[in-house]
Amino acid sequence: MFRLMSGAMEGAVEFDPVLLARIQFAFTISFHIIFPAFTIGLSAFIAVLLWLWLRTKNEKFHRLARFWTKIFAVSFAMGVVSGIVLSYQFGTNWSRFAEFSGNVIGPLMGYEVLTAFYLEATFLGIMLFGWNRFPPWLIALSATLVAIGTSMSAFWILAANSWMQTPAGHEIRDGIAYPVDWLRIIFNPSFPYRFAHMLNAAYLTTAVVVLAVGARYLLAGRHPEESRTMLRMAVGMIAVSAPLQLVIGDQHGLNTLEHQPVKVAAMEGHWNGRDPASLVLFGIPDEEARANRFEVAIPHLGSLILTHDWEGTYQGLTDFPEDQWPPVLNVFFAFRIMVGIGLLLIAVGFLGLYLWWRGRLFEPGLFLRFTSFMWPLGFIAILAGWFVTEQGRQPWLVYGHLRTADGISPVPGASVASTLALFVFIYGIVFTTGIYYINRLINRGPQGQATAGAGGLPNRPLSAAEEAAREATGRPVGQGPGKPLRAPEG
Amino acid sequence: MEWYLPVIWAGLIGTAVAMYVILDGFDLGLGILFPFTRKEEDRDLMMNSVAPFWDGNETWLVLGGAGLWVAFPTAYAVIMPAFYLPVIGMLLALVLRGVSFEFRWVAKPSHRTWDIAFAGGSTVAAFLQGVILGGLLQGIPVTERQYAGGAFDWFTPFSIFVGFAVVAGYGLLGATWLIMRTEGPVQVFARRAASKLLFAVLAAMAVVSLWTPLALDRIAERWFSLPNFYFLWPVPLAAAFVAYRVWRALKEGNETLPFVGTIILFLLGYAGLVISNAPYLVPPHLTFWDTAAAPASQIFFLVGTVFLLPLVIGYTVFVYWMFRGKLAPGQGYH
Repeated sequence: MFRLMSGAMEGAVEFDPVLLARIQFAFTISFHIIFPAFTIGLSAFIAVLLWLWLRTKNEKFHRLARFWTKIFAVSFAMGVVSGIVLSYQFGTNWSRFAEFSGNVIGPLMGYEVLTAFYLEATFLGIMLFGWNRFPPWLIALSATLVAIGTSMSAFWILAANSWMQTPAGHEIRDGIAYPVDWLRIIFNPSFPYRFAHMLNAAYLTTAVVVLAVGARYLLAGRHPEESRTMLRMAVGMIAVSAPLQLVIGDQHGLNTLEHQPVKVAAMEGHWNGRDPASLVLFGIPDEEARANRFEVAIPHLGSLILTHDWEGTYQGLTDFPEDQWPPVLNVFFAFRIMVGIGLLLIAVGFLGLYLWWRGRLFEPGLFLRFTSFMWPLGFIAILAGWFVTEQGRQPWLVYGHLRTADGISPVPGASVASTLALFVFIYGIVFTTGIYYINRLINRGPQGQATAGAGGLPNRPLSAAEEAAREATGRPVGQGPGKPLRAPEG
Repeated sequence: MEWYLPVIWAGLIGTAVAMYVILDGFDLGLGILFPFTRKEEDRDLMMNSVAPFWDGNETWLVLGGAGLWVAFPTAYAVIMPAFYLPVIGMLLALVLRGVSFEFRWVAKPSHRTWDIAFAGGSTVAAFLQGVILGGLLQGIPVTERQYAGGAFDWFTPFSIFVGFAVVAGYGLLGATWLIMRTEGPVQVFARRAASKLLFAVLAAMAVVSLWTPLALDRIAERWFSLPNFYFLWPVPLAAAFVAYRVWRALKEGNETLPFVGTIILFLLGYAGLVISNAPYLVPPHLTFWDTAAAPASQIFFLVGTVFLLPLVIGYTVFVYWMFRGKLAPGQGYH
């Protein structure tokens, strides 16, 4: 019966399985990347807060760490569950790609699981649930290990992704890739740039969120001590990492020009490779006309940036056959969104430093009001950046070796369409609820030890009465001293 | 080397899958038992008993998937499209029940939705894992190293039966875990549930043990041909003995033995499935050797695994040890 049904469904509607598989993957991976990006930065931030608390014994660091840990827990859960999906989607939706590249990037994924995921998962348990049982140093150490785990995960996954962009260290026999040199596979030409760019993006994005939350509290007159600390730490981080991101991005761009020139041509809206390129500030690339409409451009500046020479030239889109072009419009605009946000963040960092220097950083004014709404910017930039690099790789799945259309599974389009609808439905619920709950946690704000018990908060410490009762009944309380951790000992 | 490597990898991935089934088994089992308790306190306690572990438990599923891709890319590329709908259904169910761990606490006091998501997600995930197992046992059509069947080939009475069997099995693991980790009303509830589930699991194991050799000649031949039969009859006998011990332990009020016994029961059932199907990774067409990755890839990942897997098991044991002991009602890590 079911076979009949699926046959009937296929007959009734024409689905393009390649397009559907791409939409599904783009949807699930875009949803996913938001959370790892945030948790990479947040785990590092929490670890720093905890060590500061241990060193200075200042309770505000403790309160901040506990507060951000709650938000971390919700974000991390969403990252984990959406990540499990991806590890299977390579097989469900891209089985020919899985077979083509399994020998080469399979082990990189495997190492990600073994070096990163278990580390994160194990010490996350202690970091989230160990407050009443274990000494503070163990919590701080666990947070540090989680932070290391998240970056390690980024290391492996970006190595795998970079290999798909700039494959190296392999050979191809009978249509399947075989490893030749593991070091060249992992440290393939675009990997160092991509890894640095993504890691820095994660820190920058998290700093922007911290800044926005701090600004929100200050404007509302809540948690003044904590929000000042958040503002100072965030502004300092943005002032360093935003300009650094520009430098890394520039280097990454030069690397892309060397290995994927057609992607850069699409990013820049650069059609004609004979003349020095202008820097296109705005325009609407028109693939038919092979030109940008409504173009606003600065002559020669494009050449100066990409070739470091006023008269330099680099290949334009028309220098490549059309079947090698990525979707120019998407890549072009996604690139501008990313760079635009990047420049804005540099300005915010410097302005914040200036205000700090003048002693006006905490004054409720335009700066705080603007930054309090800024929290999504980093995420948008990260998504835009990934759109540039992934769509810019099209029509290739493994650049130069396997076309996207040749990588999909032998699965009927109707199956992909129906699961896509399910993904959109369930992720939609999970995402909106997750954001809503994170917002709720932010509204509750950091809690002191004294007030936390009453709020029914997830990570609330046991009240003294509960604690006493537990000690009186002599139940095992684990390794720790079994009392609420008010301050680090020694 | 060409012969041993795939066998070693089959062993390692088999271990990862067994670890997953046991660890996430009791974890999902709690969700399966959720609808049968009504009190919020009890549900809090049930969820708290796995809160520090669930993420680590599910990581074994990722290792199983990634490991299959690393070591047997062809098997991965055939099995996943063959079970496209149940695999994605299972993953989405895991999404819902996974986020419930955090959402439920933040949502309180209006957390009913996430009770339902946790129970529904856990049950559906368990059921679909069973369906995939059943589908794999009955075999997958393959031509030219690619899946050659339709979208609903897995949908048979047998696979649906195995789906229910796995739900019962995970429920039993969950109930015996609760007997070990809790006391008071939750433990009483778990003990009652465990007795019923034990019989359901035994019945299901018996049915699968008869159904597979009757339906599939290759499995009948494996078990009943001589001299295999002489070596293999202790497996079902041991299962029967362990089941009896678990039943007695439940009656006698023993707290640890039911859980340990259920794990052994699971491992024996697993051993039975391995005996039925080895060396086929994609029955009845592709063996370990047919689907193996390039030796260079298998070696590269093996070198790391030899050092990392003991470390992983080390800190899995560490975190369970750190959070050992009974959980009293109202007491949580949250």
